[in-house]
Amino acid sequence: MNHPNVLIEPIAEMETLSFADFRAKLEGNISSGNRLLSLFGSPTAKSSGSVDSLHAVFVDTKRCLMHFRGRNTDGKNYRALTAKFPTLHCFEREVHEQYGMPMPGHPWLKPIRFEGKNLKRMNDYPFYKLEGKEVHEVGVGPIHAGVIEPGHFRFMCYGETVYHLEIHLGYQHRGAEQLLLQASPRKISPLIESIAGDTAVAYTLGFCRAWEALCGIATSTDEDAVRCIASELERIAMHLVGLGGLATDVAFLPGSSTYGRIRTSIINLSMRLCGSRFGRSWFRPGELRFPFLQSHKDDVRKTLSQVRTDIAIINKLFRGSSTVQHRLKTTGTVPTALAAEIGLVGMSGRASGLKCDLRSELQGGTYERFPIELVTEPDGDCWSRGMIRIREIDASIEWILQLIERIPNVDAGTRTEYSPRCNFGVVSFEEGWRGEVMHYIETDANGSIVQYKVQDPSIRNWFGLAQSVKNNAIYDFPICNKSFDLSYCGNDL
Amino acid sequence: MEFLWDAIKVRRSQGKQFVPDVRGANPVGFRGLPVINESPCAQGCTRCVDDCPTTAIQLKPFELDLGKCVFCDECSKSCPEGKIQFTAGFRMASRTREGLQMREGQQLSAVEASEQIKKIFGRSLKLRSVSAGGCNGCELEINAMSNVNFDMGRFGIDVVASPRHADGLILSGPISANMAEALELCYEGMPDPKFVIAVGACAISGGVYETSPAVDRSFLGKFEPDLYVAGCPPHPLSIVNGILDLMGLADGRW
Repeated sequence: MNHPNVLIEPIAEMETLSFADFRAKLEGNISSGNRLLSLFGSPTAKSSGSVDSLHAVFVDTKRCLMHFRGRNTDGKNYRALTAKFPTLHCFEREVHEQYGMPMPGHPWLKPIRFEGKNLKRMNDYPFYKLEGKEVHEVGVGPIHAGVIEPGHFRFMCYGETVYHLEIHLGYQHRGAEQLLLQASPRKISPLIESIAGDTAVAYTLGFCRAWEALCGIATSTDEDAVRCIASELERIAMHLVGLGGLATDVAFLPGSSTYGRIRTSIINLSMRLCGSRFGRSWFRPGELRFPFLQSHKDDVRKTLSQVRTDIAIINKLFRGSSTVQHRLKTTGTVPTALAAEIGLVGMSGRASGLKCDLRSELQGGTYERFPIELVTEPDGDCWSRGMIRIREIDASIEWILQLIERIPNVDAGTRTEYSPRCNFGVVSFEEGWRGEVMHYIETDANGSIVQYKVQDPSIRNWFGLAQSVKNNAIYDFPICNKSFDLSYCGNDL
Repeated sequence: MEFLWDAIKVRRSQGKQFVPDVRGANPVGFRGLPVINESPCAQGCTRCVDDCPTTAIQLKPFELDLGKCVFCDECSKSCPEGKIQFTAGFRMASRTREGLQMREGQQLSAVEASEQIKKIFGRSLKLRSVSAGGCNGCELEINAMSNVNFDMGRFGIDVVASPRHADGLILSGPISANMAEALELCYEGMPDPKFVIAVGACAISGGVYETSPAVDRSFLGKFEPDLYVAGCPPHPLSIVNGILDLMGLADGRW
């Protein structure tokens, strides 16, 4: 029995449709309300620049992953669906950029990350322009004022009001997917942990589950529970970074310093449990590398109980401050309908009222055994994206505190040998702190990897940021950006 | 009035959070500075080299390059002789690239103070951080140096918003090709005198991205860093201590 976050099939048995049928099935599923998780291409051969098929992944009504693919079986090409379903825009753009696949009917084929033949051609790109005597253009980045990853933002403004924001990414592109094809399996995990280092745990967990399914490695439910504790600690820590950042950006210094030091105590807990403040090397496929014994549970209980007390005090002050309310409420709003249309995911989607959380959407696994509260906020503004963090931190703390009383001590595992099945495709999704992280791995007749596709939730949510600042004042952009807290390197790969 | 009371409660719960002695701090559990013992390797064994995700380990003689090490612990787990052990040591910086190469039985040398940097920047050092393909691990730790725990502002060291205000450039990431030009423009925009600090395995050696065709490390050929801080990502204590050493601030107490 595979983990519910994973879907594995022999390539020969995958449902394969002509592009016309694929498109119809894609349309049918989106229209009927199944949530689209991904659309991506597969190459004709390892590292080949031409496309063989398109894959679509959904969560279906039975709370399971559903996968089908389309291929040119009848001489007819794929036609873009973005104009009808804007949620597809980034996926179709990515396929176009990676494989040069024609996308007739796509309104905006801007490169996602300027990779391959587009490398170092980021300055050649013509941005959208607004015309008018008093309209002005503001360019920000790639290097920003804070200690933050690089990206460029091009605003078209009239006075202080933003009419259009175009987000220009790719500065962080390191060719991660290509390197994953070259790495021997045991070297994949360290690379995975360095794709988006702030989400190292969720990324590695997703890879482990995919790889375990491919190699037929069994992990116990208690081992999996410990891995989920690692992931929830990452969520708490990164939500604290976000809250500290929001507090800093509205010049609310008690929040800035207090959320910062509470984060320190969370990541130092991770360090005591696994040696790394970012949960790196905590586990590998089939192998929990550090034990989780009574002394560790006691440490977790003591640390989280203190954090729970301290965070309640600062949350009350933060929420009650008129400065904070004034700056965050009604700023950068993405209403529910728009969020659904453009396909916001993860925390940002939930802050716009969408019930998108794979921890409860998928059936089975640790979160079925120990359910975690699904948190949503109705308004989709910067305030909601702050409050959702506060509530998710509380939910994760409660969840961990209850879980450690209900699982036995778990010893460190031993090293597992890998023997991946041949001619299989496996897709895995993990709900990281920003949203769902995808891994798709395909093997050939020798069991070696021919495709490794990674998807960070940010690739979908960046467009949400661009929408959120429309008709807002340009000085609120830093708050909007921080409230989404998206990954540049996760997008750029 | 209630708000004021809440503010006092925050202040009380906050207490004193700073690490008083950044030189002698003890980051419990940290997987840091390795110790390489002198026991001979088993005949023909290459397991550590085979499992290393970068090319950090050389055999005959045994050498571990901290500029490439990502502290993943694979080598210490795979070695049948227990040759490599990671400790909680965080003093892992060097003035030179070669200084990060550890040989068996040898300690990592301490960072020598730069008389020039001490004289010019010893009381005030402003740094500009540039992430060029950094995964946000190093960036978060660079940020953490300024938080209330590590508080490097007490030593007169700050991260500033503009290259025009900066004395040093903190580089993180393997230098993605798409970022190479902006990085160089930023450095050119800083007033002289100035210098570069390379933070983390990616910046120092390319790390796990060393062989990627999408990185362009020519910047480092033109502007050699004055300080290298090892780690993946480096602990804030590693970076702060490296900079204090470079500036010749021997005490580092507050």
